Amino acid sequence: MTVREIKKLLSCDTLWGEHDLDREVHTACGSDMMSDVLAFVKDQSVLITGLVNSQTVRTAMMMDIVCIVFVRGKIPPEDVINLAADNDIILLSTTQLMFESCGKLFGAGLRGGKRES
Amino acid sequence: MNLEFTYTVDPDDFTRAGEASADIKKKLKKMNVPHEAVRKVAIAMYEGEINMVIHANGGIITVFVNEDFITMVLADKGPGIPDVEKAMQEGFSTAPDNIRALGFGAGMGLPNMKKYTDEMKIDTVIGEGTTVTMKVNL
Ligand SMILES: Nc1ncnc2c1ncn2[C@@H]1O[C@H](COP(=O)(O)OP(=O)(O)OP(=O)(O)O)[C@@H](O)[C@H]1O
Ligand SMILES: [Mg+2]
Repeated sequence: MTVREIKKLLSCDTLWGEHDLDREVHTACGSDMMSDVLAFVKDQSVLITGLVNSQTVRTAMMMDIVCIVFVRGKIPPEDVINLAADNDIILLSTTQLMFESCGKLFGAGLRGGKRES
Repeated sequence: MNLEFTYTVDPDDFTRAGEASADIKKKLKKMNVPHEAVRKVAIAMYEGEINMVIHANGGIITVFVNEDFITMVLADKGPGIPDVEKAMQEGFSTAPDNIRALGFGAGMGLPNMKKYTDEMKIDTVIGEGTTVTMKVNL
């Protein structure tokens, strides 16, 4: 699935990366706890979260995450958006809640990654 | 090849926590270290770096790189870990609510560090500090 399709499915605004929406994502992870995210091996994933501080972007950097979707209408501060921009991470924001967002993406065929053993 | 990098981890600026790990990741990538190894080092060091900030009042990280492995030494002068075996269990955390609100305190950091590295050792003395040494083979 492309980031553009995710944007459409969840009616997102693009906070950063409008030029990059055709990138592919293969797996997804939804959590507000960053160590939960770091526990899973992901290839080209999207992170769905309500957490908007700089550590969300740092976690994405460590995991090579392609795109972060902020749920519940959350918008990160400008320095966090800049950090994502510097590291080519696409940022989307949706007013939908975590449960609905994950459900819609799952329903459209996106799956979670496997756990590192 | 025998390289050494040192970072001071500032305990007072949570926003900047993880900068050392991000920097190492960039450096290793430039040195053409295999992708999987870079990711393992970055994740394990990042978890350790966050722990230094939220549990131990900062510290010093030294990373050694040679042809065969990468070693990370994370040394702090924090409170120490009373029961290492318990701390290593998934889900064990002493992080207060204000830290959980920042996205940490799932009790997954130390287990992640062990999973992503080939060797891990914790030396800790109550009231003196903790040194975590991790090794990733290349
Ligand atoms: N450097 C350290 N100094 C003192 N105590 C530590 C240190 N690192 C970890 N601990 C203790 O071990 C516990 C478990 O650490 P771990 O990293 O697994 O979980 P956490 O940091 O609480 O949550 P998470 O890593 O999931 O965000 C911590 O809650 C803390 O009590
Ligand atoms: Mg931790």
